[in-house]
Amino acid sequence: MNDNYLIETKDLCKYYNDGKIKALDNVNIGVEKGEVVVVIGPSGSGKSTFLRSLNLLEMPTSGKIIFEGHDITNHKSNINKHRQKMGMVFQHFNLFPHMNVLKNMTIAPIKLLKMSKQEAEEKAMDLLRRVGLADRSNAYPSQLSGGQKQRVAIVRALCMNPDVMLFDEPTSALDPEMVGEVLDVMKNLAKEGMTMVCVTHEMGFAKEVGDRVIFMDEGMVGEVGTPDQIFSDPQNLRTKQFLQSVL
Amino acid sequence: MQEWFLDQKDKFYLNFIKDDRWRYLWDGLGVTLQITFFAVLIGIAIGMVIAAIKSTHDKTIDSIRIKILKYFLKFLNFLCNIYLTIIRGTPVVVQLMIAYYIIFQSSNNKVTIAILAFGINSGAYVAEIIRSGIMSIDAGQTEAGRSLGFNYIQTMFYIVIPQAFKNVLPALANEFIVLLKETSVSGYIALQDLTKGGDIIRGRTFDAFMPLFAVAVIYLIMVIFFTKLVNILERRLRKSER
Repeated sequence: MNDNYLIETKDLCKYYNDGKIKALDNVNIGVEKGEVVVVIGPSGSGKSTFLRSLNLLEMPTSGKIIFEGHDITNHKSNINKHRQKMGMVFQHFNLFPHMNVLKNMTIAPIKLLKMSKQEAEEKAMDLLRRVGLADRSNAYPSQLSGGQKQRVAIVRALCMNPDVMLFDEPTSALDPEMVGEVLDVMKNLAKEGMTMVCVTHEMGFAKEVGDRVIFMDEGMVGEVGTPDQIFSDPQNLRTKQFLQSVL
Repeated sequence: MQEWFLDQKDKFYLNFIKDDRWRYLWDGLGVTLQITFFAVLIGIAIGMVIAAIKSTHDKTIDSIRIKILKYFLKFLNFLCNIYLTIIRGTPVVVQLMIAYYIIFQSSNNKVTIAILAFGINSGAYVAEIIRSGIMSIDAGQTEAGRSLGFNYIQTMFYIVIPQAFKNVLPALANEFIVLLKETSVSGYIALQDLTKGGDIIRGRTFDAFMPLFAVAVIYLIMVIFFTKLVNILERRLRKSER
């Protein structure tokens, strides 16, 4: 075991239909602190399932997930406590439509971290300023554009001071002209040293920001390497085919 | 024309004024409102518990890792299903009579028995309304709540239920209107509610038109008033989203 790993999976498997469908098949991945790992692969390759099992939104069939030294797949571990340290951003934003932006961001720190309302709101406003949305703090999600929604979703997760951020295709549901503003926020986050695991189809982002790229295929890790290795000299045939079709 | 008018005046006097017959309607209205009000409270209480059990079962049964908990929840869900099947599968009048003549045979507190019978009946419908509201909220909302670190119950209370409530308000209001009108069968256990009151007047005066129309108009006014109230509430809730 590598002590530098912030989060590590050991023989992670997720089966459906009594093992007939293997969404994840013995996945062993470690993510170091401060590292940006980008997961790519064809649709149905298990990359979203992999990401969603890191905070147990998908319950793995077998295998272990070690987060900050704790085996979170153990029944006795308090998954709610660990999730507070793992921010998650979804493809479809999943903002709470009945709360305004500020409330969306502060409800979790106030209720879970016992932050005072004032402290939480100051933190939220500070984060909103950094993503250029300070003037939208009182808006409801239905009044925001897709790009704005996703930026709010990112800072909502950041409000909990997470140790790692999980991104599940954060730009896939956006209009093309809004992809850039969300990627910029993610790039800044990476620059500040945030540990990130991103499932994405943005190969440009993977090349520019990724420290490591993981290619997944049929529930297995097909290839792991630096962006340079993967994009210019892929070893695996499936990786080559995939990259040819998307680049 | 004038003759007809005088005739109506006489009938009005006969049906409502003479021997203080309006009191049958007035007292009956009191009983109807009393039964409806408390039955609604019982219905909501039962409905929320059943909906909570059933939707928790549907949403989480596959991810529960502790065996005993899993079987316990399955058992509770089974009990809820029996309750829903029986209550929704039999007429409310029959349930009312079973409650009065069989289950609470020894008691003569008709109003309380009616409240219990209608409350237990309404609970089944309220449960399904609330459950459909909870299930209608996108799974992404639950996932977002859980990913922030909220536990299942917190996620329900802060995120899912407020949205579900807004969605089911019209259906819930409809259920209460139905309940208000359904209490008109209370006469089957010789309870003098509004409908029975009108019927008693009819029996005394041998004039069906006036007392029965009066009863109908009173129900109608109550329903219109309640509908208005719900509309105001609905609009206020919607406002928070715009």
